[in-house]
Parts: sequence; structure tokens; C-alpha cells
Amino acid sequence: MRRAEPLLALAGAAALVGIAYAAPWLRFVLTIALAKGLAVLGILLLLKAGQVSFGHAMYAAVGAYVVAFAAPGMGEALVLLPLATGIAGLLGLVVGLFITRYREIFFSMLNLAISMVLYSMLEKFYAITKGTDGIRVAPVTFAGLSPERESAEWAMFAIALLLAFGFGIVARLYLASPMGQALAGIKTRETRLEFMGVPARHVLLSAYVFSAVMAGAAGAIIAMTTRHVTPLLAYWTTSGELVFIAILGGAGGVLGPFLGAAAYELIRVHAAAAFADLWQLTLGIALLLVILFAPGGLWGVLARLFRRVRA
Amino acid sequence: MIDWFHENGLLLGLALLDGLAYAALVFMVAVGLNLVFGVLRILNVAHGSFYAIGAYAAASLSAFIAAQGLPPWAALPALLVAAALVGALLGPPIEALLLRRIYSGEPVIQLLVTFALFMILEDAQKLIWGVQPVSNDGAMRLLGTVDVPFAGDVIPFTAYQLFLLPAVALATLAGLAWFLRRTLTGRVIVAVTTDREAATAMGIDAKRVFLLTFTAGAMLAALGGALASPTTALVPGIGAQTIVLSFAVIATAGLGRIEGAALTALLIGLGRSVAVYFAPELEVVMPYIIMVAVLLVRPQGLFGAAEARRI
Repeated sequence: MRRAEPLLALAGAAALVGIAYAAPWLRFVLTIALAKGLAVLGILLLLKAGQVSFGHAMYAAVGAYVVAFAAPGMGEALVLLPLATGIAGLLGLVVGLFITRYREIFFSMLNLAISMVLYSMLEKFYAITKGTDGIRVAPVTFAGLSPERESAEWAMFAIALLLAFGFGIVARLYLASPMGQALAGIKTRETRLEFMGVPARHVLLSAYVFSAVMAGAAGAIIAMTTRHVTPLLAYWTTSGELVFIAILGGAGGVLGPFLGAAAYELIRVHAAAAFADLWQLTLGIALLLVILFAPGGLWGVLARLFRRVRA
Repeated sequence: MIDWFHENGLLLGLALLDGLAYAALVFMVAVGLNLVFGVLRILNVAHGSFYAIGAYAAASLSAFIAAQGLPPWAALPALLVAAALVGALLGPPIEALLLRRIYSGEPVIQLLVTFALFMILEDAQKLIWGVQPVSNDGAMRLLGTVDVPFAGDVIPFTAYQLFLLPAVALATLAGLAWFLRRTLTGRVIVAVTTDREAATAMGIDAKRVFLLTFTAGAMLAALGGALASPTTALVPGIGAQTIVLSFAVIATAGLGRIEGAALTALLIGLGRSVAVYFAPELEVVMPYIIMVAVLLVRPQGLFGAAEARRI
């Protein structure tokens, strides 16, 4: 399965482009799905180390608000993206230096606590953030060009797809590197890792910063695509959604998060009307079902099918 | 300093009284969370939902009592009855049907299961009680207000918050300490907390202890919510705030410490209410500032014993 990953990735990308071309209104949905997939990829890295963050939406929110604040002065997508990503990564480093001292419930809940603090700050400092009304994001240019609406949508879609590929490849290399392999060691037995002279905190910190960077990039894409940012981006439900997608996609390879995110967003678009008030409830039940009955997630289901076809 | 006190003395007095009442509520919820964690070794993220449901149930029961034309003093026992009902109805099925399946699972999975439960219960509340603020101030009006002398002046304060809340919290603290140290069931719970395997080997029915403890914890959270319901408007989201805050309390106190949780609740309650009156924008952040400050100096919490690599 692992060897088939690059081929599957290309096939998946081709399918996405095909859908985006055939159904123009899905272009927007798929761009958001790709962005969320990026953030979920970060969650997945932490899951490899046996840690789950209930607050990672804060890094996406930071990326999104950086874009919202900077866009009126410097509205170039190719500058905003690295800027937002970099600031989210920097925050990830500062928070990570503190948070990687903790594991399991402390890790999860401290992430949740910090994200709730960010949420309430975004909500309370009305003079700067416009509170729950949120900020409208000024239109951005792409390499100096300011395309009309449809081309801009295509441009965002292409950026999201390229970033998904780029970060996907880097994440794959990272996971295959000694640093990435050591992540699994944190999950099984951290003390042994330390005996071998591997500093577990540094390993976890590298994954944490990497995940913050990817969430920041996701937030920047979301801000430029939806053109509106609100504190809701940092709320616990958004973080919960990311964790949900990670479990739904499955912990197989780096494709799982994108598979999960695409499935999640497509279902949401079609089911949102029917379940508008019950969305969290539906997610919760689905999460329980996946955990109890399909621990491998969608990726696991696909892998089993794949093996059966080959056999 | 003296000038400042002349100007702000009353405000400070009000902040202290408010903080005391708030700390009493926080303690009720945090001690339940702590108890459940001690025995089940699972951090129940849905604990905050029990608090919220307890509050809503108390409001509904009080409204029902008022509509039936029962005497107004019935609003007080109604709080207790609502909490007991919520705990007894939700606790046992959740423990027996859901948590029992995951005791041997990975910590990450345990967290995710209670998180899924939390998502489900959040929407269930919205479904039953709607999203409009619900109020339930019958019990508070019943007891009237007291003039508290402070710094040569008087502060009118509700008797409910001044006497009833701290009294219930102290009774819970004393009752729990007595129960755990002096009764057989209590000693059994302590035994299971200290060493589950050894306790089971001695013939203790761990299953029964788990069920009992989880139900008791759910009742404590619901009681906290029921008691809080007269003092605040009930809106969606109070469950999320509560779980994060109670976690902050038990993390600051050190997991598994009951008296420590009481003192820490006082510290965090006072810190928060001082922030409410003197730096309102810091209201939500205050508990976490205290928590992070404590954890940076003492990673095992104020009263926790150092334990290698648990946190």
C-alpha cells in the first residue's frame, strides 16, 4: 500500500481536479477540504506519537487572522501564505516549548485551554478583531495579477492542491526519517527512547511545530477562500472537527487526512441542511462508530479492499 | 495604596465575595472530575456536559414546580433532585455501555471516546433546551440579600451565593473526605485508585467500584451545574468552559488531591473574579495564567506528589 501511495495521490488529485472542473460549485468545497486536510496531517503526526490535540484550530485561526490583518496593506497571496504560515509556526514553537513537557491528557487539555484563550481574546478585543462579527478579507493578488472571480477560485484551488502535495511529500519524508520514526517511540515507551540518547521532547516539539505550520497554511487558504474570518475558527468545535477527520481518514499514510477531509466536506455540504442543528451530535456518533468498529478509518477500509482485489 | 483602596475597596470586596461563591461551584465540578480520573484513569471530557445538563435540568424542574403552584421553597430541594436525577440517568449507562469497552485501550482512544460523547451531549442540550438563554433565579430570590460590612461600608450580596454555595461545597469536601477515609466503600475506592490490580486480586469488584464512582462523579458535576443555574444565564457552551476550567483546577492542584482541589478552586475562583472587576478582558485568561504559572514551576501541580513521567 505504501508503495502505491504516490500513484494513489496522483489519481486522487486528478479526481479532485475533475470534480472541480465538472461541478464548479464544488471547487470552493474542495479547496476548503484540501486546506483542512493539511491541518489534519499535522494532527496525524501528533497521533503517531500517541498525543491528541483538542486545540489545533488555534493555529489555523492564527494563519487566517494574519491574512485578514495583512491583506489590506499587502494583498499578495504569495507573500501572505508564507507570512501566515511562519507566524503560526512561531506561535507553535513558543506554545510547543511549554506543551511538549506534557503527555496524553495534559497535552490534549492544555492545547484546548490555550485555544479557548485565543478564542475569547479574538472575541473580546472588539476594537482590533471586530469580535464575533469577524473581519472581511480584502481581495488578494496572485503574483501581482488580480484575476476575476472564477480564475481566483481556480488559483486558490491550485495553491491548496500544490501545498497539499508539497507538505504531503515533506511529511512523508519526515515520517520516514529517524526523527519521524522516533515519534512512534514516544507512543510505545518514551523512556527507552531516552536510553538510546534520543531527546523525546525535541522529537515531539519538531512534530508540534510542523503541525502548527501546516495548520497555519490551512488557515491562510481558508481565509483567502472564504474571504471572511471569525473567532469560530479557533473554537473547540473546529479543533474537534480536525480530530474527527483524522480518525475518519485513518492513520495509514499521508493520504488519509486528505481522503478524510474530502469525504467529510462533501458529506457536510450535502447533509448540512438536514442536520444543521445536530452536526456535532452526528459527528460524535460517527466518531464513536469509527473508533469502536473501524479503527483503521476510511484508509483502512480502502486498504482492505485493495488487498482483496489483488488477492 | 491607601488612596487606591478608598476608591476601589468596595469593588475588591465584591470581587472577593463573588470569587468565593464561584470557587465553591468550580470545586464541586472539579472534585467530581478528579474522583473519576483517580479511579477510572480516564479524563472524562464529557464531565462539563453533566454540569450543563444538571443546570438545565434544574431550571426545567424549577419552572415545573412554579407552574404546578407548589410552594416557592421547593426550588431549593429541586436543585438537588435535578442533579441526582441527571447523574443517575446518564452516569450508569455511559459507564456500562461505552467506557467499559475502552478501559484496556490506548489513552488517546479513551480521550477521543469521551470527547465524542461530549460532542453528542452538547447538541443534545441544544435540541432539548434550545439556544436562547435560560434563567432560573427562583432559589436565589427566595433567600434574599444580606448586607456584608466591608471596610466601613456595606455590600449587599445574595444570601444564596454568600452562605448556601460555600456551605454546600464545604459539606461536599468534608463528606467526601469522611466517605473515602472512614467507610468501607470509600476505602475500596481508594484501594482501586492506588492499585487496581492488587485491589482486584484481593477480591474487590472493580466493575462495581467503577460504576459507582462514575455515577457519583456525574452527580457532583450535575450538582455543580444545578447550584450554578440561579447565578448565571444558561447558554450553549457552558459545558466546554466548565470542563476546561475544572481541568485547569485539578491540573493546578495535582491529579487526585481532594483538599488541594478545594484550595486551588479558591485560588482560581478569586483570581478570576478579581479579573472580572479590575481587568475584564482578562476574565477568561486568568485561570490559565494561574495554571501555566504553577505548572511551569511545579509540573506535578501544587499538591501533587512528583511522579516520574506521568504528566
